[in-house]
Amino acid sequence: MSIILDKINYIYSEKTAYERQALQQVSLKIEDGEFIGIIGHTGSGKSTLIQHLNGLLQPTSGSIYYNGQDIYDEDYNKKELRSKVGLVFQYPEHQLFETTIFADVCFGPRNQGLSKKEAELRAFSALRSVGLSEEYWYQSPFELSGGQKRRVAIAGVLAMKPEVLVLDEPTAGLDPKGRDEILEQIAQMHQKLNMTIILVSHSMEDVAKYVNRIIVMNQGSIMLEGTPKEVFQHYQELEAVGLAAPQVTYLMQELFGMGIPVDRKASTLEEAKASILQVFANRE
Amino acid sequence: MNFIDAKKLVYEYIRRDEEGNVEGILTALDAVDLEVKQGEFIAILGHNGSGKSTLAKHLNVLLRASEGTLWVDGKDTLDESNLWDIRQNSGMVFQNPDNQIIASVVEEDVAFGPENIGVPTDEIWKRVEKSLQSVGMLQYRAHSPNKLSGGQKQRVAIAGVMAMEPKCIVLDEPTAMLDPNGRKEVLSAIEQLNQKKGVTVILITHYMEEVVHAHKVYVMDHGKVVMQGTPREIFSQVETLKSYRLDVPQITLLAYELGKAGLNIPKGILTRQELAEALCQLY
Repeated sequence: MSIILDKINYIYSEKTAYERQALQQVSLKIEDGEFIGIIGHTGSGKSTLIQHLNGLLQPTSGSIYYNGQDIYDEDYNKKELRSKVGLVFQYPEHQLFETTIFADVCFGPRNQGLSKKEAELRAFSALRSVGLSEEYWYQSPFELSGGQKRRVAIAGVLAMKPEVLVLDEPTAGLDPKGRDEILEQIAQMHQKLNMTIILVSHSMEDVAKYVNRIIVMNQGSIMLEGTPKEVFQHYQELEAVGLAAPQVTYLMQELFGMGIPVDRKASTLEEAKASILQVFANRE
Repeated sequence: MNFIDAKKLVYEYIRRDEEGNVEGILTALDAVDLEVKQGEFIAILGHNGSGKSTLAKHLNVLLRASEGTLWVDGKDTLDESNLWDIRQNSGMVFQNPDNQIIASVVEEDVAFGPENIGVPTDEIWKRVEKSLQSVGMLQYRAHSPNKLSGGQKQRVAIAGVMAMEPKCIVLDEPTAMLDPNGRKEVLSAIEQLNQKKGVTVILITHYMEEVVHAHKVYVMDHGKVVMQGTPREIFSQVETLKSYRLDVPQITLLAYELGKAGLNIPKGILTRQELAEALCQLY
């Protein structure tokens, strides 16, 4: 069970004056149950990449295999693929349209051809897993706050029971608490439902905290790949392409430079805290 | 005298059913007092729905208070005849750059504002050049805005406001849709305007790191101003901020956590340098 991208190239507006290569020889293997973060500055190819994962875009050249099958084979069932790989776009709350929240979440599974009852069961558990209180379920989605609307939109994708959930900047525009809540829910779904999660984000702090593996995109290619600790060691290269490491990584580098033997690789607050306390404990 | 002087400002969104009967009242601003001096850099924090944007829209009279008084630049916002004066002197920049750019060439977009308020043509071009220069976008003056990055577009939007030469600029989450680079560009453009041109800046944001250089921070919750003070005063109250659904910068949080664990670190650390120095002294 995996997604394999093999030498993907994608060119926008090919053979016109606006021709632009958005992806260049991208090869990638995503294993079942991974939690992956994709980072890169605007225009680095992140969004183009994720739109390939459920066949919304067809690469100019290269192949994509989902569980060993080429998704561009003529007899491949793309409709089924799209219910297995759920895509949550940026600002997904703009896609809400139904009169009640519950009806909105039922729309996806109904569209998959499920019976009304089954769709409702799906909607029920999806709304539960995004942590939206039951009192709201039969209200209009448009009266909710930004963070709540976003949960409804994510529930709408979850109700289709995807095996892989791809989220394009799910926390953009949310307040800090709303941001933490959504990310915690996603991390829980990853653990409890054993879903593969692919998270596109601009926040290095969030990526460092949650994901197992980071993929850094630059000018349509994969520039770096590895665990948060590995990737953020290359903070100078990241800066050169308009990215950065989490603030704590810089601090740890500076402390190390000042002669305090802390773990230079710490990329989360918890790691930094543990390492600093350790150093001070050792001295006493 | 204060440039902005709000006293007991109240604004209510009234929801009506099909017959026009009142269904519900949402108090978005609840007796807000705000005093801003000319040349200050003010930041307003608050969770989604706390009333920040409603407050911002009062500052150039896009909304008018249900109760209370608001004076901007010595003029009463309740007096209809002051409306245009106030709007000219208090420009606004919104979250989404794509909603604010209207022309097909950058310099024409920037010229739209001054043209609209009747500035003579020669003067318009001078202003366009000056304001594009001040946000570092002069080399793009002949470009088409739709080929620019988000941060660049947002800087063009700011230049458009600057070309009207307002005394005050209100920015409502101007960096929410930008990547880290774009955020840095926009923020440094804003700081430049404040420091070099003395423009009063009111910045509304969710990014705690952007607030560190402000002179004063206001925190809003449920339409009320619940905290105010310098960034250091505000960010030393980690638990209180969390209760308002907010956060502190990662470095401040680390300093706070280390302090809780027994290290003797001063309260309200804001920057990496401060924390590194504090730890070095302890070591």
